Amino acid sequence: MDVKKTIIEKIWEQHIVRSHTGEPDLLYIDLHLVHEVTSPQAFEALRLTDRPVRRPDLTLATVDHNVPTQGRDLPNPDPLSTKQIETMQKNAAEFGIPLWDIFDTRQGVVHIIAPEHGLTQPGMTIVCGDSHTSTHGAFGSLAFGIGTSEVEHVLATQTLPQVPPETMSVEVTGSLSPGVTSKDVILAIIRRMGVDGGVGRVIEYRGELIESLSMEARMTVCNMTIEAGARAGLIAPDEVTFEYLKGRSMAPQGEAWDAAVKDWSSLKTDNGAEFDHSIVLNGSEIEPHVTWGTTPAQSVPISGRVPGPEDFTTAAGKETAERALTYMDLESGQRIEDINIDRVFIGSCTNGRIEDLREAASVLKGKRISETVKAMVVPGSGPVKIQAEAEGLDSIFKNAGFEWRDPGCSMCLGMNPDILLPGERSASTSNRNFEGRQGAGGRTHLVSPTMAAAAAVAGHFVDIREI
Amino acid sequence: MKTIESIQGKTIPLNRADVDTDQIMPKQFLKRIERSGYGPFAFYEWRKEESFVLNDSNYTGAPIMLAQQNFGCGSSREHAVWGLEDIGVQAILAPSFADIFRNNCSKVGLLTIVLDQSDIDYLMSRAEELPDSQVRIDLSSQTVKLEGSDWQRSFEIDPFVKHRLLNGLDDIGITMQYEDEISNYESSRSSKKPDTSSAFEDTMKVG
Ligand code: SF4
Repeated sequence: MDVKKTIIEKIWEQHIVRSHTGEPDLLYIDLHLVHEVTSPQAFEALRLTDRPVRRPDLTLATVDHNVPTQGRDLPNPDPLSTKQIETMQKNAAEFGIPLWDIFDTRQGVVHIIAPEHGLTQPGMTIVCGDSHTSTHGAFGSLAFGIGTSEVEHVLATQTLPQVPPETMSVEVTGSLSPGVTSKDVILAIIRRMGVDGGVGRVIEYRGELIESLSMEARMTVCNMTIEAGARAGLIAPDEVTFEYLKGRSMAPQGEAWDAAVKDWSSLKTDNGAEFDHSIVLNGSEIEPHVTWGTTPAQSVPISGRVPGPEDFTTAAGKETAERALTYMDLESGQRIEDINIDRVFIGSCTNGRIEDLREAASVLKGKRISETVKAMVVPGSGPVKIQAEAEGLDSIFKNAGFEWRDPGCSMCLGMNPDILLPGERSASTSNRNFEGRQGAGGRTHLVSPTMAAAAAVAGHFVDIREI
Repeated sequence: MKTIESIQGKTIPLNRADVDTDQIMPKQFLKRIERSGYGPFAFYEWRKEESFVLNDSNYTGAPIMLAQQNFGCGSSREHAVWGLEDIGVQAILAPSFADIFRNNCSKVGLLTIVLDQSDIDYLMSRAEELPDSQVRIDLSSQTVKLEGSDWQRSFEIDPFVKHRLLNGLDDIGITMQYEDEISNYESSRSSKKPDTSSAFEDTMKVG
């Protein structure tokens, strides 16, 4: 009888260059994405050791973390950012790597640009010096974040030594209730798993609810896999995946397309294959979520209240909750709907795609944001921006009082001027609510695009199901 | 990479769980393109709190950090490890680490050791009460010892990482010895896989 395998094991085995007892497996990397922040030291090391980039044709670079989202044609006031962007340009030119540079219409957040051109495909191994590389798993690829030493390793050898992960099935049954999005699903999953529940594991998301999601919604789920500590998360490719890829410029065309679909279809987990770990969530019970603390696992349904130290059993849990409440300036027992916000950020590799903007715009149509709120939309990429403008979404946002910006990471991490001031509180569609993530002293609540839009109008969190 | 055999010295009790790399090295310092000099920026915001452990002169120069579960979670930024390295940390002991951070440490030559929660709590309270306590880590025998006491524990480490750290071996140099295997893999690799050569073209087609 054949050994039953999970999709994770299948992709892994197809990429083993060398396997030797007592050593990690040496895996071949099909695609290496590069951005300006985590790569300069890697290129410098190549220069010092006189090593070339082995496969520039399997490498793609962009600038996203540091770029300003307005006034790009003006001189960048930040000399350090300028230097880092120029360093990326110089490195790409010297090592022969394609770069979607700041004025290229294809420029955008690294995890948005590869999928939208059909470059991210099922069955691939994909790495990037960025923890949210897990996003690409939505296509049934094994995609994970790496550090700068590993970036150098991949540039030099197109391989990475890796210890095989444990496998985990996260099954979500049922269907999305009205007003609930894939962002709420992944927040619910992280809340259940905890921020370290996935350490050492690769997750396959499965089940009826996951299958019902669009590609973009699947990317939101896989994107935040790292927030549960897992190395990667993926979803088996199916008709939804193929439909999305078909016709995109970097996807296979003609006869090659049919052959590719056949290969991709063989990737899914065999019936009866066993996972090392598994959990099941009833998706129909998931409500819109809002984070209250300083880790993505600290979330509650919108109908809920801010928990307190008394809600945690361990001493460490109590202490963590206490610290989070102090930082967030919240009180235990406070209703989530009573939390007022100052800023709204719609964007990032979690929720900066066209569907996200459409959903947010549908809430804002004909409305004005609260006078006490400053809000901005940062499309995830050039093509997302162009598409949104073609659909008139930019006017809806602008008429509602939002700023309409150029693509980049922006206030997701605030490496450019888009930051929270100390004490400011945001409703953000990004993925991390760590202390100071969006600006020193800033307080971040993670939500879906529709919840963010509704909060912008009300000036506080509201239940999207009631409007 | 330098070799590691044993590490001995005082320990810094960083008694917080889920410490993310945004705290260890805030984003404003990731704009630097240099590989060194990150020490002054490590825990930049937390250092503004007077009571923060790294502001306590009792622990100045300690080569070992004690941390709580899930240390190093979040962003993949290796700058976090460079910052710890730059303030003289050579080993971190915790009940668990985030994957990417731990990997990054192993590449830079910083030893990460997982001990039981109760052992970490014990060492943590020792370090808090008696900052001069000395801990000795021996990599070959995979042991951690509290000097001047009977307390000793053994720890697990990936044999390959151990070999690299003991011998100060460069990972890339090791992989480059397998050039034949890499070339063989490439020649049998499917030609259907995408490449990025068309990315040089100045055209855009989406959807
Ligand atoms: S949008 Fe945020 S999470 Fe995504 S790559 Fe940029 S900084 Fe990282």
